[in-house]
Amino acid sequence: MLNRTADNVARATPEPLAKRIRGISDKGLAWLFISPTILLLLAINIFPLFWAIYLSFTNYRANRPNEVVKNLGLANYRRILGDQDIWIAMQTTAHFVFWTILLQTVIGFTLAWLIDRKFRGHAFWTTIILVPMMLSPAVVGNFWRFLYEPQIGLFAYAVSFLTGIPPTNVQMLSNVELAPWAIIIVDTWMWTPYVMLICLAGLRSIPEYIYEAAEVDRASNWRQFWSITLPMALPFIMLAVLFRGIENFKMFDMVNLLTGGGPGSTTEVASITLKRQAFESWRTGYSSAFAIILFVAVFGLANIYVKALNKVKQR
Amino acid sequence: MKSTWKLALGLASAITASTAVSNAAHAEDLTLCWAAWDPANALVELSKDFTKETGIGMKFEFVPWTNYADRFLNELNSHGKLCDLIIGDSQWIGGAAENGHYVKLNDFFDKEKISMDDFVPATVVGYSEWPKNTPNYWALPAMGDVVGWTYRKDWFSRPELQKEFKEKYGWDLAPPTTFDQLKQIAEFFQKRQIDGKTVYGASIYTERGSEGITMGAMDVLYSYGFQYENPKKPYEMDGFVNSEKSVKGLEFYKALYDCCTPPGASNSYMGEGVDAFKSGQVAMHMNFAFTWPGLQKDENVGGDKIGYFVNPKGPDGDQFAQLGGQGISVVSYSDKQESALKYIKWFANKDVQAKWWSLGGYSCLNSVVKDPKFPSSQPYAQAFLDSMAIVKDFWAEPSYAPLLQASQKRFHDYVVAGQGSAKDALDGLVKDWTQIFQDDGKM
Repeated sequence: MLNRTADNVARATPEPLAKRIRGISDKGLAWLFISPTILLLLAINIFPLFWAIYLSFTNYRANRPNEVVKNLGLANYRRILGDQDIWIAMQTTAHFVFWTILLQTVIGFTLAWLIDRKFRGHAFWTTIILVPMMLSPAVVGNFWRFLYEPQIGLFAYAVSFLTGIPPTNVQMLSNVELAPWAIIIVDTWMWTPYVMLICLAGLRSIPEYIYEAAEVDRASNWRQFWSITLPMALPFIMLAVLFRGIENFKMFDMVNLLTGGGPGSTTEVASITLKRQAFESWRTGYSSAFAIILFVAVFGLANIYVKALNKVKQR
Repeated sequence: MKSTWKLALGLASAITASTAVSNAAHAEDLTLCWAAWDPANALVELSKDFTKETGIGMKFEFVPWTNYADRFLNELNSHGKLCDLIIGDSQWIGGAAENGHYVKLNDFFDKEKISMDDFVPATVVGYSEWPKNTPNYWALPAMGDVVGWTYRKDWFSRPELQKEFKEKYGWDLAPPTTFDQLKQIAEFFQKRQIDGKTVYGASIYTERGSEGITMGAMDVLYSYGFQYENPKKPYEMDGFVNSEKSVKGLEFYKALYDCCTPPGASNSYMGEGVDAFKSGQVAMHMNFAFTWPGLQKDENVGGDKIGYFVNPKGPDGDQFAQLGGQGISVVSYSDKQESALKYIKWFANKDVQAKWWSLGGYSCLNSVVKDPKFPSSQPYAQAFLDSMAIVKDFWAEPSYAPLLQASQKRFHDYVVAGQGSAKDALDGLVKDWTQIFQDDGKM
């Protein structure tokens, strides 16, 4: 009986496709299917990366195709690492990444924790909170530029209403002290909902019985938060920090739209410097070296971070 | 039935033939690349005559100023065939000539008897020649332009303001002839209430991203005594770029920015300046002359309400203005160079140039600008003529882009962000420019 059933199943099972296509094994067929994707990846990711590495050792300039390309060895790298302007741009980037991540994590987690209380209308408020991240950065940058406008902008009038400072003195994008914060505010406004969503997923993944056990042990809400909620949601928070960190390290669009790196070079983050060197000054070799340095920095930091994340998850 | 078939066959043949003719015509269409601004619209209008005369259709690729250089330099560098004709910025000429992007026009000019002597000399040097001051032509001067100033004639002529101004400064409120006067007027109007609105002194160039603050600051620096290099020793910049006079000039530009511009005007260029003037925010407005025809026609600030003046003199009486404008070139990667050259020949024609001026373009042809009727042809014509007589231009070297980026950074850091001193900014600029020329093997 069992043998007959096995025979029936074997007969019903289609022959491997490869047998019908003479000369191609299953493995060969698999390669055939994935090869377009691999070729595409090689063409648009891997080849440009290796080409950029090659260019980073040369004096190549894209606007001078007829010029002889000289090998400079490590000169571009040495010049970048000794360039004070590059270090200032890196500091500006670090400042921007630190404050945006801190604010987005704190506010995002708080919002997630509140939404998780499932109060009346929480679904509606969740949707409202998510709206900023659904908008295009180009749109957000442009309308915040108008909001920050000292003569007609609502932001300046709101600050003026609250503080009594004349709106024309609230020059968020022109003032050296305020301009970095203007960008941090917009980025936080736009991307906190994203952090909130990830944190909410973390909070919802905590089994209810753990809280019930804590209730039985008469653990206070505060104690439950520190001993259950935060540790169990931590991998999710760390994941959100990783995503936002990588995104903000290469932040370009918002800064370009709001301040263009100004006033002066106050908000010139690394990506803006890179764009200027590559596509305005046309120092292709130099900017390739800078891009490689940034790539290695992000890749290295992300790797260390992922290892830390895995350790937290394994606890 | 037979006749029906014949009719159908006839129709099909007619359609096929007309499509073939239309395709042939489209194949000869020329694409002209330029910036998206008012003169470009005038050129579209003007070029209809070319199509009428030659049957060659014209297509246009206009890009906003903020992306103009990026877009078209990328196109040229990648040897793209998008543009058959290009009206490229004056500073591109060195790079475009040395990298083979433009067709050299000397032989063509000789053959067609187009003489560069027929054009305003400054525009020939600025828009056509590389190396400068040598008879090697890569473009036909197409659109003369220069930085000048507009002012609110109606405000300046108010008796109560004239009286108050005279009492305060001891001279009549009138278009300034020196930068000191300009600053006094700007201070006078700054935050003044006029017709119930708060107005400001002046709109000046402060833009960081492309070339704005350099074009503005240079307008002052030239008249203060700034020089790009030692006239006797090319590329020697120390003591010229950062001379004491240059430092004073840059300090003046910062003082003007600090005292007398509208709030938030930290990234202002041509468009923002026009907006500030049109909305009645400022008493004076620095901008390229191409903006003047549009402002003259403006219902709120144009007509009798607007006046024009030449860039004022510096403390030693020197007077220069930043050259703008462009020449028209044939792109060497175009497959339609012959038709493109026909366009250049047509454009160089005296009558076409006269019409170009009447439509709102700025002709560089002597016969147009030296016509006795020219100064009175438009309210701004005299200011344009006077300004074109005192022009200076930024480096037109193949490395103009990094040279420009260096000055943009140094000037913006000092003028807008208030970092360091004017001396630091100009010393830094000498350092940056020296490095760039050393990389190019010119020093």
